[in-house]
Amino acid sequence: MLNASMDQQTPESPQPRGLQMARSMCWHCQSAVTGEYFCDRCVKVQPVSKETDYFTCLGFPRRLTLDPKKLEAKFYELSRTFHPDFYQTKSPAEQTISLGNAAVLNTAYRTLRDPIQRAEYLVALETGSVKDIRTSPPAELFEEILELQDTLEAFRSSERDSQEGRELRTVLETEQRGLEQRRQEMEAQLHRLFTDWDQLQDRGEATSPAREERDRLLKHMRDLLSNRTYVTSIVNDLAATIA
Amino acid sequence: MTRIVGIDLGTTNSLIAFMKEGQPCVVPDRNGRTMVPSVVALTDNGLIVGDSAKEHLTRNPERTVYSVKRFMGKGLADVQNELAYFPYTLTETGGVIRIRLGEKSYSPPQVSAMVLKELKRRAETYLGESISKAVITVPAYFNDSQRQATKDAGLIAGLEVLRIINEPTAASLAYGLQGKTQGTIAVYDFGGGTFDISILKLKDGIFEVLATNGDTHLGGDDLDRLLVDLFIGQIQEQYGINLSEYSDHMQAVRLEAERAKIRLSDDLKATITIELPDDKGHFTRELTREQLESLAMPVIERTLAPCRMALKDAGLTSKDIDEVVLVGGSTRMPLVRRRVEALFGKAPHCHLNPDEVVALGAAVQADILSGGTTDMLLLDVTPLSLGIETMGGVMSSLIRRNTTIPASAKELFTTYVDGQTGVDIHILQGERELIKDNRSLARFRLKVPPLPAGVPRIEVTFLIDANGILNVTATDMRTGQSQSIDVKPSYGLSDAEVERMIEDSFKFAVDDVNARKLIEARLDAEALLKTTERSLTEAGHLIMADEAKGIRNASSQLASAKDGSDPRTIRARMAELEQAAKNLNVVMLDDSLKKSLQGKKVTEVT
Repeated sequence: MLNASMDQQTPESPQPRGLQMARSMCWHCQSAVTGEYFCDRCVKVQPVSKETDYFTCLGFPRRLTLDPKKLEAKFYELSRTFHPDFYQTKSPAEQTISLGNAAVLNTAYRTLRDPIQRAEYLVALETGSVKDIRTSPPAELFEEILELQDTLEAFRSSERDSQEGRELRTVLETEQRGLEQRRQEMEAQLHRLFTDWDQLQDRGEATSPAREERDRLLKHMRDLLSNRTYVTSIVNDLAATIA
Repeated sequence: MTRIVGIDLGTTNSLIAFMKEGQPCVVPDRNGRTMVPSVVALTDNGLIVGDSAKEHLTRNPERTVYSVKRFMGKGLADVQNELAYFPYTLTETGGVIRIRLGEKSYSPPQVSAMVLKELKRRAETYLGESISKAVITVPAYFNDSQRQATKDAGLIAGLEVLRIINEPTAASLAYGLQGKTQGTIAVYDFGGGTFDISILKLKDGIFEVLATNGDTHLGGDDLDRLLVDLFIGQIQEQYGINLSEYSDHMQAVRLEAERAKIRLSDDLKATITIELPDDKGHFTRELTREQLESLAMPVIERTLAPCRMALKDAGLTSKDIDEVVLVGGSTRMPLVRRRVEALFGKAPHCHLNPDEVVALGAAVQADILSGGTTDMLLLDVTPLSLGIETMGGVMSSLIRRNTTIPASAKELFTTYVDGQTGVDIHILQGERELIKDNRSLARFRLKVPPLPAGVPRIEVTFLIDANGILNVTATDMRTGQSQSIDVKPSYGLSDAEVERMIEDSFKFAVDDVNARKLIEARLDAEALLKTTERSLTEAGHLIMADEAKGIRNASSQLASAKDGSDPRTIRARMAELEQAAKNLNVVMLDDSLKKSLQGKKVTEVT
């Protein structure tokens, strides 16, 4: 039995903007590193700093509407830069750095490629805390979910092929479609918020109304994201039960 | 720069390939054969491998090992229900299967190492240089233990394994080298013992695997078994003989089943002849392709669910697949092609030899690693989710299946009890909720300084490298010090054991080489004598008497050299005989061609 507590993996705390791949010194020749991924002097690959967030790692601003084609192109370009295949003839130290960098790059791309994961990551990054994990239904769904639990219970204890079982299945299937539609609505709403967020960032105002708007957007996205996760898990349960 | 070779270590056959002027080529033996049967036999003169070992399957079944790939990274309990099919004895020590060969027991990596050494020797002879570095392929769906076992096999064979690469992705590299391939492709790889499906996106020289799935215990072997069971049942019924009690006959039946299956890919019917024990004559029957297909259908169907799963994981439907590529000998079956075509809605293509394409791809990957090819890059995924055991016997996933590798995950561990000095960690692989339904990979104990509960903070990094093999490191977050971790594999050899096996393999290497050379020379001589004799009987009348006399003379010279103990003399006499019989073979070929054309209209011929 594992006797340990496991913290949710925490994204790195927020950091000042414009701190690109912050490194002071090349691990190999000890000269100041000015290049992006390699030391200008000795041309050795440099480790991606632990403080580098995924947006910085892939060279994108903290925006929520990213062009997937550009993201992929950048991922491919950086894969060609860091992949261990190209370090086989290099020193063990460089091989280790390449392996670590490639792993970070892969995680960064996986996170940013998916709009929902990207938003969850950005919200965590901006608010400096992990995402909420909802254990009870969101208020607007409370009664519906309670009713659904009862139907599920009845379905589980019924004979699948009986009249009752078939009727309950039909009810559950309708319910599933309803919830899936609800999730799509939430996602559409989220995408509108993503655009709002990006516009706010692009304006770059440092006024207090802008700060209030920022906090409001973050809170709204955070709530919607956790509601969406909750609904998704209910839908998955539902699908597994009636499958 | 030292050369890196590519090796396809298969269930039934293995191949070795290298790059020549930007193109991969498979190394042939002196008879032009590219495949080495993955068979090892213990004879009175020592261990032999490949074609010559295959001949011992029926002669010496208890001491002839085949399909060892099925046991890589496995415990005895994993293969319990198929033990009856193998004539050799299997036991288990330390979670690893051992195969009894005479006085000694060998782990599956050791037996695989013998096949690897044979391939290595073949390449060294062909290329005239020593080989020490290799890329070895494994089924994409191989778990961590199976990959590690393959790496161990390489080490024992004296090879530095620079990369373990997945078979379907290797095949895609070989196809990709042909240039024009772009878009989304599905690689359907159905071999002797394993099945894989991989969905890849090819763009600008990047081969990005989107999803992979498979079954590491499903292949042509299973079809052979169905046929064997069918024949055995009939023999029992007709003759009252339980053939499964005769292991030498069982091997003959298995080989006959395999031959018939292969023939039925081209022909509509095949005749099966099985010699019965105790001079009871022969069992003969006809098998039609239709009969084979109705038997094979359930097995082929089992490959389709993983295909659908891979499509789903890639977020695609069959309509999104631009090309389907077939790999592995079992894809020669027309039924397989029809089912694959029906699933993906397009005709699969296979213009590269499905037996060789994996080895060719491994050579391409070897060239990438040595810096020769720089425009291609393979981004592969881990086939199974990796996790650790948590409270209540539940697996907590750290790295999901189909995550691009290298992939890493970090977990922070602390203590629940004051002064606790260790945390036990159990690593698993699989897709199920409960740990008992997943594959145990390894256990280790994390050392923790004795402090009040909750104060220690140890960060453990789980890193799956580009080989798909797990590496674990730990750092004490309070002191910043890293600690070494002694991981105990659940189904693998310990480092010390591998070390000892490497030593053993060198110790016996010299004896083995001499014994093997003599045995092989004798076997080859025997085969040559037999075919020459047959040619003389069939076509002796077509050549001059003098010439026939010369051939007989060379034959008897070879026959006496064969009884000696010098392989070089045998080889020299063989060359002489081959020279003497050269014209006879040409004449015979012409004659048989003439006969086959007789009685046909000109239109049928052209």
